[in-house]
Amino acid sequence: MRALCWEGVDKLAVERVPDPRLRNEQDVIVRLIAGTTCGSDLHLIGGHIPAMRAGDVIGHEFLGEVVETGPQVRRHAVGDRVVVCSFVGCGRCWYCANDLWSLCDNTNTNPGLGQAIFGHDTGGVFGYSHIMGGLRGSHADYVRVPFADYGAFSVPEGIDDVSALFASDAVPTGWMGAHLGGVRPGDVVAVWGCGAVGQMAARAAMLLGADRVVCVDSVPERLAMTELHIGCETLDYTATDIEAELRERTGGRGPDVCIEAVGMEADGDGALRRYDRAKQRLRLETDRPAAVRQAVRACRKGGMVFVLGVFGGLADKFPLGALMNKGLTLRGAQQHGQRYIPMLLDRIAAGELKTSHLATHALPLDEAPQGYAMFKYKTDGCVRVVFRPGG
Amino acid sequence: MSRVRRARSALLGAAAVVVSAGIRRWRRRPSRIAPVTDAPGGGRWLTVTVNRPPTDVWAEALPEPLGRYGDRLEIRIRPAPGDRGTELAARTKDQPSRLATSLPGRLAGRDPRQGVRRALREAKSLLEAREVLLPDAPPTAHPSLGGRIVGLLTRRSREEGVL
Repeated sequence: MRALCWEGVDKLAVERVPDPRLRNEQDVIVRLIAGTTCGSDLHLIGGHIPAMRAGDVIGHEFLGEVVETGPQVRRHAVGDRVVVCSFVGCGRCWYCANDLWSLCDNTNTNPGLGQAIFGHDTGGVFGYSHIMGGLRGSHADYVRVPFADYGAFSVPEGIDDVSALFASDAVPTGWMGAHLGGVRPGDVVAVWGCGAVGQMAARAAMLLGADRVVCVDSVPERLAMTELHIGCETLDYTATDIEAELRERTGGRGPDVCIEAVGMEADGDGALRRYDRAKQRLRLETDRPAAVRQAVRACRKGGMVFVLGVFGGLADKFPLGALMNKGLTLRGAQQHGQRYIPMLLDRIAAGELKTSHLATHALPLDEAPQGYAMFKYKTDGCVRVVFRPGG
Repeated sequence: MSRVRRARSALLGAAAVVVSAGIRRWRRRPSRIAPVTDAPGGGRWLTVTVNRPPTDVWAEALPEPLGRYGDRLEIRIRPAPGDRGTELAARTKDQPSRLATSLPGRLAGRDPRQGVRRALREAKSLLEAREVLLPDAPPTAHPSLGGRIVGLLTRRSREEGVL
């Protein structure tokens, strides 16, 4: 079959690879209908996430049709149209049982690597570093889905493919940021990043009752898209003093909840931007945390900062003093999608959550390397590229 | 250039594992007040918490990955606090040699604790999820220099870590 493979830093290629096989009794094989780029892919493509191997198949946000089921699969049958959570959960360890699915104890096939880097291993994720499970990715004609009864969700008839596709990762990730960030009616919420996850976090905050939601970015097309489709306020960090703007818009308090949806390659501005870039290039820090720093400083006293963006290791110049002295709560997580996806599909079907506008570009799988270049450099107003292996 | 970068990335991963192992070794250095769990003979207990009650963890026999060791292991089972299931611990009765527990010994798979870690993890997976998740095969589309180094680490990954 065809698959998009990582071939080295900033090198991708569509190659012929062996078809996936059922390896466990709770697996299914899914034929890809659609998959999409994700900002977290850019970190591993750019060599910022260790333990990648040339020839690794990438991609983790996808929708497809079940074509084969293992003997212990109970909830799915051949022909089901399913959206699959990017993180794999066994459904029965303590973490899955407590709705912390991305922390599953039984789905990372390389637990020692994760424990060496993070102190504990995470759950497995499709198409990412071998630290996070080493499972093949979804930018391919077919993909194997372990523990499918828990991670694959049948898509209701009324939802089109592209709208459902984002329920695999961007929508539950954004929802989780607002939900676990503790957004309550009357809150003011600030979101850093107007990509797909940031937009979904903003929409989730509105649906959870936030009084006011402000999104921060610098890309004009993304700011305009967020205002148009999400209906919240936006700020361009290259055009204004973000902390001053947020103070002014919140009566001097600062936002109650600050959600960071940018990750380890945040840009920021000024001298600190150059400092971060130089240190990351020299591998003296792995992460550029410009947006997290600003969120911590901007957040009201006693507020919550939720880190949704992906970070890989160590960040420099973190304002720990502000965190402690302001009494902030800092929380982060990879997505616990199994907890949210059925509810989110219902909301998409009801029209409460709109996702199709995120798919600004569509390409066949054979042109996926060009799609990722467009996505990385945000050319032509690109927010997400959708690949359709079937054409 | 990309080959150099790949090799560098892989070496960084290897360095992380080595440094982590070094830190753990340093933290395990002999203490004047040795904790009871560091009793000589079998070394430190290796432990997992299983999200099942103690009666399920050892119903009539230990799960097969541990059961195959017979009486070569000491086993300890006790309820986890709160609602967290059962703590399942094991340690070898024989003290491994210094050569076996050295980094080369561990890379060669000679440290008997490696097998115990794998057995504990597999027993936990079988008890909780009824199967041990296998990686995709082949793990990657083609071999490469950096990939071989990562492959060496992933082959040992189920047997290493912080248990």
